[in-house]
Amino acid sequence: MLPAITVLLLFQLIGEVIAQVLRLPIPGPVVGMGLLFAALAVPGVPAKRMREPAQQLLQHLSLLFVPAGVGVMLHFHRVAAEWLPIVAALVMSTMLTIVVAAVTTQWLARRLNRSGRGT
Amino acid sequence: MSGSVREIWVYLAATPLLGLTLTLVAYLLGDWIYRRARQHPLLHPVLLAIAALVALLTVTGTPYQTYFEGAQFVHFLLGPATVALAVPLYFNFSKLRRLWLPLLGGLIAGSLTAALSAIGVAWSFGASAQTLISLAPKSVTAPVAMGIAEKLGGLPSLTAILVVSTGILGAVLGPWTLNRLRVRDEAIRGFAIGVASHGIGTARAFQESEQAGAFSGLAMGLNILATSLILPLLVRLLGLG
Repeated sequence: MLPAITVLLLFQLIGEVIAQVLRLPIPGPVVGMGLLFAALAVPGVPAKRMREPAQQLLQHLSLLFVPAGVGVMLHFHRVAAEWLPIVAALVMSTMLTIVVAAVTTQWLARRLNRSGRGT
Repeated sequence: MSGSVREIWVYLAATPLLGLTLTLVAYLLGDWIYRRARQHPLLHPVLLAIAALVALLTVTGTPYQTYFEGAQFVHFLLGPATVALAVPLYFNFSKLRRLWLPLLGGLIAGSLTAALSAIGVAWSFGASAQTLISLAPKSVTAPVAMGIAEKLGGLPSLTAILVVSTGILGAVLGPWTLNRLRVRDEAIRGFAIGVASHGIGTARAFQESEQAGAFSGLAMGLNILATSLILPLLVRLLGLG
């Protein structure tokens, strides 16, 4: 577990440095994610040893959003004043986004299949 | 009696221990209730945990900043967890290679839909300009969405709540919506949930399968890129900035 956590922190650190130096519009951890993905694909890297610890961490991914969510107490006033537009926008937009993303991807995948690419 | 309880609370609230422990206890309790209720969507553990913590902090008069002193240790793990998303993705590499072009199309369509529909609906219901901008990056993971909102003139802390709410909604409505649409491919299901509802959706996708989770994590990462590039242009075009 400890080596895996060290690897994750190391890649986050490298990602942060690269994002800062190159002034990328994407945050360090996402750069780190890309770098780790590339590193795992290098032949001879023991990728399997990362699988279990990563699963452990990602299993409770939603817990990590609780502290930010509790921040709702800072905005009771605005949320109370504009609750209708906020709730309507969140519900409709979230569902619509899922529909559009899924339907577009599925449609493209089928089209490309039919034209004889991949399986 | 109640005076001494109050003293102990004030003493403990000043250390990170309390905020951290309360966060974990609230989440585990929420998760327990969620499972006992056979994963009823409205009893999502994050929702229950937030409601319990807000109630507790309000009743005890504890400021959010004091709570966050402790909770920041949980918040911090968002970074390493994001990096860790590379691992399940690597183990689904062959599928990724087969599906990359359709996924790219789904990403762009989904990312545009997320921002435009949120702005459009909230605007038609009469939301203020600041709320509109705070809403626009709601489908991107919290720290990034807050950064984008700040740059464009929104309220970062308001965005944080909207992001978390979006995540819960995606986790709750996503699988149901996809069942209705008869989308069965695990990768596409995960990807759509990830584009719309970032990490909380991804956590839900991991409950379906490792593959759904892997592609949801991929969508979350790519949507950061897509939204950071698209949204500033969009806000300028709509004349909100």
